[in-house]
Amino acid sequence: MAIIGNAKYQARIKRHLAKYPTKRSAVMPLLYIAQEEYGWVNQAGINEVAQLLDLDPTQVKSIAGFYTMYSEKPKGKYWLQVCTDLPCALQGADEFHAWLKEELGVQEGGTSADGMFTVEHVMCLAACDKAPMLQCNFHYVENLDKDSMRALLAKWRVDGAGAANGSA
Amino acid sequence: MGTMHILLRGRDIENLKQLEVYEQHEGFSALRAALGMSPAAVIDEVKASGLRGRGGAGFPTGVKWSFIPQQEPVKYVTVNADESETGTFKDREIMEENPYQLIEGSLICAYAIQARAVYIYLRGEFWDIGTQLDDCIEQLRAKGYVGENIMGSGYSCEVYTHLGAGAYICGEESALLNSLEGYLGQPRVRPPFPAQKGGGLYKEATVVNNVETLANVPFILNEGAEAFKAIGTTQSSGTKIYCVSGHVKKPGNYELPMGTTFRELLFEHAGGPLHGERGFKAMLPSGGSGPIVPLTDEVLDTPMSYEDCANIGTIIGSASIIIMDESVDITWVASKVTKFFAHESCGKCTPCREGTYWLDKVIDRILDGRGSPDDVRRIADVAENMAGTTLCALGDFAANPIIHTIKQFPDDFARHVQAEA
Ligand SMILES: Cc1cc2nc3c(=O)[nH]c(=O)nc-3n(C[C@H](O)[C@H](O)[C@H](O)COP(=O)(O)O)c2cc1C
Ligand code: SF4
Repeated sequence: MAIIGNAKYQARIKRHLAKYPTKRSAVMPLLYIAQEEYGWVNQAGINEVAQLLDLDPTQVKSIAGFYTMYSEKPKGKYWLQVCTDLPCALQGADEFHAWLKEELGVQEGGTSADGMFTVEHVMCLAACDKAPMLQCNFHYVENLDKDSMRALLAKWRVDGAGAANGSA
Repeated sequence: MGTMHILLRGRDIENLKQLEVYEQHEGFSALRAALGMSPAAVIDEVKASGLRGRGGAGFPTGVKWSFIPQQEPVKYVTVNADESETGTFKDREIMEENPYQLIEGSLICAYAIQARAVYIYLRGEFWDIGTQLDDCIEQLRAKGYVGENIMGSGYSCEVYTHLGAGAYICGEESALLNSLEGYLGQPRVRPPFPAQKGGGLYKEATVVNNVETLANVPFILNEGAEAFKAIGTTQSSGTKIYCVSGHVKKPGNYELPMGTTFRELLFEHAGGPLHGERGFKAMLPSGGSGPIVPLTDEVLDTPMSYEDCANIGTIIGSASIIIMDESVDITWVASKVTKFFAHESCGKCTPCREGTYWLDKVIDRILDGRGSPDDVRRIADVAENMAGTTLCALGDFAANPIIHTIKQFPDDFARHVQAEA
């Protein structure tokens, strides 16, 4: 497992490097690739991104730490980020978020015992007219209620059984 | 007045997000017209239209473009698609349903300032939109609308997307530029401003405009500045997309002429109060960052324009209109919004970093019934002291929810502290 020399990523890395006049600008897209490969932004990924961009690993690590979408610890196969900001909360998102954690038996930011789901709350995701909603591995799922959420969890449990972390 | 779709044309024209369909509906005729004009004439047309920035501050767009020094060899356009203000979801619909209009507007801006490239900075959560835009850009390149010698004009310009990764502060233009350059997404000290050499992207003169702002530009070139000015009010021309959320029957985006009243928006378009028997109590007209106002008849009858909203002590900003009915405790609203800013403060200046942290703690204490009337006075003081003392406007934004909730809804705070006293 690596991103350097991995055929799966070469075209994308090349495309990102070609977009900017400086190599350093590619740090964000390359961190996403590292996260895709390892399931989270681990030291191996940070070192590889640093090597590709001629940066110091500590510089890359500080960038990764600044943003919420780079995960600094392993996550479940489905990373569920529920918006509980004001507009969603006015439509019951706090209750929905609490219910979801209970349903999966997890604490805030925790991962379910089967390794399948990580649940956390996030700030506004620009989907305020479709609350409650969440982001699952960077894709939006909107207009949720308990029934539709239960059905989705059941589907993901099946789909995710063979999938790699974060790739579902 | 009523609905008028200059931007949300995707609602009337099926498959507008397909290039051939966009082309059939005047697509790229505005860019063609612009390429036949001098860059200065394009800027003059946009100036004459009265278009103002839709990212929140309402700065005149043509004037901003005219600040770019012509003699600089390298210039850039950066599209602000960070859309992270609480309650804002308009740029997303433009990009999802009418993406070519945004790209066409961006290319017209690029030609007007003679930029070599356009970077569209999307909030990281707009992952799927980024993929779609990349696909649009490739199709445009294949047809000669992007890249070398655009439409045979001799002008060349590239268009790229860049995904953020979850940080509200990256919507602030100088933080956005740092983030795009691969540095921490924290605001820069100004001057130099982005439009100046030394202040923009890679230290080159740069225009930063919001998605909605740029998506208006093709209409201005196609129909003329006068046609645009004829819509809206004297100081606020054109339409605006109002994002309505919270306690209304039909939350969503409504594109209406600027100057439409809040009453028309909330009752005729958004369907009135969600729970019929509970009336409206309060409104945040510009997401979490603008002053809250009670929904009185005077407020409801106010036209939604830059100038009229100032008269009722608030701003129209990005027009993220969050509605709260009588069941809502405004102290809880203050707490929600404060948590947002405490989370999103980039930590660079002490008043903002420490102030938001502290406000959040004290307001939670008040909400729990453990606060005193002194606590309410103290957070008002802290907020007053934050305003105007920070490097970027987030410090002011964070002060607003405290100052204005206490001013407009003192009873909601008194209830929490008196129960204990
Ligand atoms: C904390 C903060 C967050 C901001 N977020 C956004 C944003 O998400 N989108 C946006 O277009 N402008 C945002 N702005 C405003 C930008 O700094 C800038 O004024 C705007 O992109 C200019 O474009 P316009 O003239 O077309 O409005 C933000 C400003 C601040 C201070
Ligand atoms: S005001 Fe807040 S967000 Fe803005 S630069 Fe200072 S610390 Fe960062």
